[in-house]
Amino acid sequence: MTDLPVSAPRPPTAQTVGPASGGAGARRLRGLGNYLALVPFHAYVGLFLILPTLIVAVGAFTTTEGQFTLDNVSRLFTDEVYVSAFTRSIQLAVGTAIGGAIIGGLLAWAVVRGDPDGLLRQVVIAVSGVLAQFGGVMLAFAFLATFGFNGLVTILFKDVLQVNILTDASWLYSLTGLAVVYTYFQIPLMLIIFLPSLDGLRQEWYDASASLGGGAWSFWRHVGGPILAPAFLGALLLLFTNAFSAYATAAALISQGSPIITLQIADAMQSEIVLGQENVGKALALGMIIIVSLVMLLYALIQRRASRWVR
Amino acid sequence: MTATPGGPLSAAAPDGGALIARPSGRGSGRRGSRRQLSIRIAIFVVVLGYLILPLFAMLEFSTRGDYGSRTLGSYAAIFNDPNLTDGIVTSLEIAVLTVLGMLFLLVPTMVWTIVRVPRMRRAVEFLCLLPLAIPAIVIVVGIAPIYRWMGQNLGAVGASPLTLALIDIILVLPFAYRAIEASLRSIDVATLADASRSLGAGWPRTILQVIVPNIRGGILSASVLAIALVLGEYTISSLLAFDTLQVVIYLLGKRDPFISVAVSLAALVFAFVLLIVITRFAPGGARRGQLQAEEPLT
Repeated sequence: MTDLPVSAPRPPTAQTVGPASGGAGARRLRGLGNYLALVPFHAYVGLFLILPTLIVAVGAFTTTEGQFTLDNVSRLFTDEVYVSAFTRSIQLAVGTAIGGAIIGGLLAWAVVRGDPDGLLRQVVIAVSGVLAQFGGVMLAFAFLATFGFNGLVTILFKDVLQVNILTDASWLYSLTGLAVVYTYFQIPLMLIIFLPSLDGLRQEWYDASASLGGGAWSFWRHVGGPILAPAFLGALLLLFTNAFSAYATAAALISQGSPIITLQIADAMQSEIVLGQENVGKALALGMIIIVSLVMLLYALIQRRASRWVR
Repeated sequence: MTATPGGPLSAAAPDGGALIARPSGRGSGRRGSRRQLSIRIAIFVVVLGYLILPLFAMLEFSTRGDYGSRTLGSYAAIFNDPNLTDGIVTSLEIAVLTVLGMLFLLVPTMVWTIVRVPRMRRAVEFLCLLPLAIPAIVIVVGIAPIYRWMGQNLGAVGASPLTLALIDIILVLPFAYRAIEASLRSIDVATLADASRSLGAGWPRTILQVIVPNIRGGILSASVLAIALVLGEYTISSLLAFDTLQVVIYLLGKRDPFISVAVSLAALVFAFVLLIVITRFAPGGARRGQLQAEEPLT
């Protein structure tokens, strides 16, 4: 970045992009040395990220004996269990992403319209920062303590208010419960992702819209909405990925069966020795990679567009 | 703000225009903001209430005693359960290794791409953000054979739960990268490095004593994120059958949910305190670094 002008006082043998003159061999050697310094990083990422991904991708197309096959992958499309697991995962991710994005977006708006240095804003951001990371087992236990058979709300409704709402806590251990819990962690994540974009809406734009006679509706319809649309869509995609990839919450909450794809993958992994079809799990994993990669690609495209206005 | 439209208006109608225009404008603004305020309050009450409800329920649940009394027994029991304390210690050890490994891997590499091989900057960034596109459960499927091999061929080291740090480093890369990148961008790395090297310092010394002190905020954010990630990590440790904190909490929950809820809440409070600490003590920009760190792939 800013290193080009500063590199002038360096001895001429230092790697520079300048025209080749004498000592090209030495310079090339030095340039090679510069790249060598990046080898540990690349080797590490290669070993613990790229290699596992390749193992998944190759494994998806091979039998346990190592022969090429399309059986594993074709089961993603033919086996009813896997098809419905993928479908439910996608539905769950889409639903909770939309719910989380709307609720989290409203919260972000309420925060942004307040005092930028206020205590409320700081507290909401700090709480969201923790809660957005707060997935998994701990979150499942939090909801058991709230809506479980002996949870606070369940007991409150049953014993104190004597009403028959939410008293049968079994909903929590089903897909409905999963949707509620997922939405819970989507809200703070949305706030954290979306807040910077909302902050980018300048007061001048509100004023300009108001001075032209625009009300709240027309501001959001003609100014705020179009400017924020890419950022909102981008956030939606991140929330989708977040819910689609989640495993721990579901593992801790769902007691019967494996309705979603991450649970199916875990099942395939744990029973691979028994069934001798360990590579079906890899095919399922490959399916996840493809879906998430497509979503992230879309995200990158939208982000490029979003950066035009909001920075 | 409204000076420009107000100018010509008041010039055309020296007294009346300004008098009529201004109060009405301000009045409608205030009415609007009063309505806006009540909407905002409603949102805060409902949404924050929903976010806080489970936390409060955890507190209530974990302090239940006999016959409606309150007790801290579940919290005291945390330290009497050897499985649990083992899990906590294991996870803390993994967290330390992850932080050290992550910094050791990332900081020199990122400094080097700025100073010496800017051409590789995008490649390094891409690799750092790549884990966002590969869900943890997928990594675990692919890495299980590698861990099986390590367990068989590397003796006690290869079978230790501490090897989980190797994967956690990968998982934290996107967040750590953003945090450190934000700090590095705010200083002139190349000039600092040149100054340090022209005074005779070698690269290790330049990075440790010149660059690192200048990106403390980013390093602190990245470290806290790594610690939070490790302490909350369940997917990989459970599927590779290592007893980390979350795995123990999960198993314990089947036997004694009260202690499990107590530990979960304690871990959450710990994470919250950590976050407050970095926003308090990290020199300027730490909070922003934190925010950017949690916002993947901007």
